[in-house]
Amino acid sequence: MRNSVFAATSTLALLAAVSVSAGPQAEVLHWWTSGGEAKSVAVLQEEFAANGGTWTDMPVAGGGGDAAMTALRARVLSGNAPAAVQLKGPAIQEWFDEGVLADISSVAEAEGWDKVLPASIAAHMKCEGSWCAAPVNVHRVDWLWANAEILSANDIEMPTSWAEFNAAADKLQAAGVIPLAHGGQAWQDATVFEVVALGILGVEGFHKAFVELDPATLTSDKMHAVFDQMRKMRGYVDSNFPGRDWNLATSMVMNGEAAFQIMGDWAKGEFLAAGKVPGEDFLCASAPGNGFLYNVDSFAMFDVDGAEKQDGQALLAKLIVGQNFQKVFNLNKGSIPARVDVNMAEFDSCAHLSAAEMTSSSKEGSLLPSYAHGMALRGAQSGAITDVVTAHFNSDMSSDEAVTMLENAVRNSL
Amino acid sequence: MTAWLERQIPKMVLAPSFVAVLIFVYGFIGWTAWVSLTRSRLLPKYDLHGFIQYKRLLASPRWDTAMDNLFVFGALFIGISMLLGLLLAILLDQKIRVEGVLRTIYLYPMALSMIVTGTAWKWIMNPGLGLEAMVRSWGFESFSFAWVIDPKMAIYAVVIAGVWQASGFVMALFLAGLRSVDGEIIKAAQVDGIPGWRIYSAIILPSMAPIFLSAFIVLAHLAIKSFDLVIALTGGGPGYATDLPATYMYAMAFSRGDIGQAASSAMVMMAVVFAIVVPYLYSELRAKHD
Amino acid sequence: MTDFISSTGLPAASRAPSRPAQIALRWLLFTLLGVFALFYLMPLFVMVTTSLKSLEEIRTGSLVAFPREITFEAWRTAWSGACTGIQCEGLRPYFWNSVILAVPAVLISTFLGAANGYVIAQWNFRGANLIFSAMLFGCFIPFQVVLLPMARMLGLMGIAGTIPGLMFAHVIYGIGFTTLFFRNFYVTVPGDLVKAAKVDGAGFFRIFWSIFLPLSLPIFVVTVIWQFTQIWNDFLFGVSFSQAGTQPVTVALNNIVNSTTGVKEYNVDMAAAIIAALPTLLVYVVAGKYFIRGLTAGSVKG
Repeated sequence: MRNSVFAATSTLALLAAVSVSAGPQAEVLHWWTSGGEAKSVAVLQEEFAANGGTWTDMPVAGGGGDAAMTALRARVLSGNAPAAVQLKGPAIQEWFDEGVLADISSVAEAEGWDKVLPASIAAHMKCEGSWCAAPVNVHRVDWLWANAEILSANDIEMPTSWAEFNAAADKLQAAGVIPLAHGGQAWQDATVFEVVALGILGVEGFHKAFVELDPATLTSDKMHAVFDQMRKMRGYVDSNFPGRDWNLATSMVMNGEAAFQIMGDWAKGEFLAAGKVPGEDFLCASAPGNGFLYNVDSFAMFDVDGAEKQDGQALLAKLIVGQNFQKVFNLNKGSIPARVDVNMAEFDSCAHLSAAEMTSSSKEGSLLPSYAHGMALRGAQSGAITDVVTAHFNSDMSSDEAVTMLENAVRNSL
Repeated sequence: MTAWLERQIPKMVLAPSFVAVLIFVYGFIGWTAWVSLTRSRLLPKYDLHGFIQYKRLLASPRWDTAMDNLFVFGALFIGISMLLGLLLAILLDQKIRVEGVLRTIYLYPMALSMIVTGTAWKWIMNPGLGLEAMVRSWGFESFSFAWVIDPKMAIYAVVIAGVWQASGFVMALFLAGLRSVDGEIIKAAQVDGIPGWRIYSAIILPSMAPIFLSAFIVLAHLAIKSFDLVIALTGGGPGYATDLPATYMYAMAFSRGDIGQAASSAMVMMAVVFAIVVPYLYSELRAKHD
Repeated sequence: MTDFISSTGLPAASRAPSRPAQIALRWLLFTLLGVFALFYLMPLFVMVTTSLKSLEEIRTGSLVAFPREITFEAWRTAWSGACTGIQCEGLRPYFWNSVILAVPAVLISTFLGAANGYVIAQWNFRGANLIFSAMLFGCFIPFQVVLLPMARMLGLMGIAGTIPGLMFAHVIYGIGFTTLFFRNFYVTVPGDLVKAAKVDGAGFFRIFWSIFLPLSLPIFVVTVIWQFTQIWNDFLFGVSFSQAGTQPVTVALNNIVNSTTGVKEYNVDMAAAIIAALPTLLVYVVAGKYFIRGLTAGSVKG
């Protein structure tokens, strides 16, 4: 009992301390709670503190942000929104439409964000012309990771088309190696699906299908081909895949149990943490096909009362897009900076590849939002597609059925 | 005046709870009903749009799966937990010296949330890591326990974990029931030479009818609310093969920003609850006050 | 309500047959009980052994095996060093949040249940049964349904994000069950007792205080165990109605266990899970006996 009283008083003391300090304040809701990510966020917090700010941490992990979104809704409805929230993709504009986001244009303009961010990424950060979010990083989703030793032992090159991939996978299977490491969770199924779709539908087809939800493209022969290829992929996965976490799939590639994995570049962090060297122990290449699927993490600022909190939001926004945080954070996280003028000298070869292709894709107009990671569509729409993808992948459904189901699901998703 | 006041005291004591329940249960159900008729997305909106959300719900194959699962899961979970609970209670009631220890072992799962035990269950059920791998490593190469990765069987894996968690509690209910049966009647039956199984089936079990009902209600409430269990064990997978209405609703409301749809699924869930609970309440209160 | 721990036993089954058969039956009984005990203990076994292993051993060895080398490192990390966001203070601060949340919430909802149960069982007035049914139905409402309107209400009441706000939510949704428990218990008390007391001039509170409360220990134990387990283990309310500084231990546990990216420290996850579960485990182990007694004493007679 004495301890609980102690805890109570110390909580009160903490609250008192927070409300007394006059500098910028920010309560930050995010779901980066694990080792590397938490350290990356800590960098931001230290910078914030060094500039006189008081950071209140509100981490909620789980479900790739689902739990955090639950908390966010409850907080907004109770009129007690956190100052800054990890949000991304069209969700930012959706929250803006609810009238709860703050305008951070003054910071963005003072810092010249328009000049340093690729146009398509900057577009995600704007709500009806004003800036409402600050980008943290750019994850590339369409990566193919491979175990270098297995590939050379079986005399296989990194595939550049899905036909080559299938040939390589058949060969590996014959040699008794699991061709594709995969975890059977809906979002992972969706990740493989969109990478395959990008390769088969092409840049324009992908945009039509997963950004515009064009019914003709969704029911096209090429979409059939995408599901056909998914059925093949299913055959390249070991039988034990359902429910497996993505990082366990990555360690299968690391340990030589499996040859390839299709996963965003957060997988690189796993390889690096295990002391593996890119180019020697593991290989990274863009998955077959043109284009660049991005998954951009960002922070949106919510409407809050009080000058101190608003100062905190401005300071936070400034620091997030600042050179130093963009570099340090992304070195830790495996992604690349959202701003294009960061010195990349300390980054590894995979990150260099990613940065170069982002720049060239941006010029060609083939920089595409990832549907599987909530960059392209509203949650209800992308969720409806994912339901079909995961139902198809985890059953013996035919491609015809899948396409029909996809059409219905998208129509039914409002 | 004081006599009048005296008579009003019971009502005044009950009033705050009643008002709270009125607002926080029935008010909120009404609110949900309203929202289920709107096109609410991220946050609730209050412009009515008819039954569009219910149409969408019925058109969703995932919701079909969730409802099917609720009935399969509900029936098996309640049935097996009852049988196992009863069996354990009878076994424990045989004057066992280590009863206290065993009882605690059977009962402890109820103390743990699935957030705590989910990972352990995931490993045990996983054929490559858990039970199957272990038994195979003992030399039984053909042993197979891979329900959790089979879309057709995964819901049964969820039943196992559910039964594990709740059956001990049911055991406690039945054990309590066995202990409150009139000892004299049993002694008389024994003197008459009636065999043990007959004593159970003809005398003891029938006298425990109210306990079956209580156990059923506790289990039904757990089955309908089952959420952590599925999230921790399968995440609703493989695919969405183990989705339940509660997980469907949560996904719609919180990860998909489709609150109208979530509200309509909640209303259907509530209708199911109503269909189960109201007959119980009716019989319960009838029996008590005749 | 007397003699509730005496076993009904089944001497008939063991008296009639010959001695070897009796011994065989006994063995069968113990084998069955033992097999079930293993089934129930399995997850706990996996959790405890994993928490005592080093990360290296988990990576290389079988998950379902005894640790080769026992280390308590993971336990220390989980309690005071694991990162739950940028703070790396382990579960400790959140653990105390849960304590100062759960203890008052359990007590308040239990006392409310006792008072309600007393009224409904012994001071029945017109409509009391309807009210009771209405309360009982409330037990079945899925918590996901009430999340958003509750958040709005807490905001209007000015207790959003605070521990009292969280407590309020738990008390409200606990009333149904606590009332059920006490009502079913008090209903077994003969009404003549109350009548006699009234004749002696005792009032509503006097009768409650001097007759019913002293009887209530068994059902008190049952209710407290039930409520404590529910509130301590709750995640959904905890994650929705808290803010930085008021998050309960389940939210912190979830933050440790559910890392999105990065190396998973399974031993720390498991140690953290056990620590978070210790209070409820302790309650069941220590009070388990009284739990059965309390149930026996009428609460489940329905």
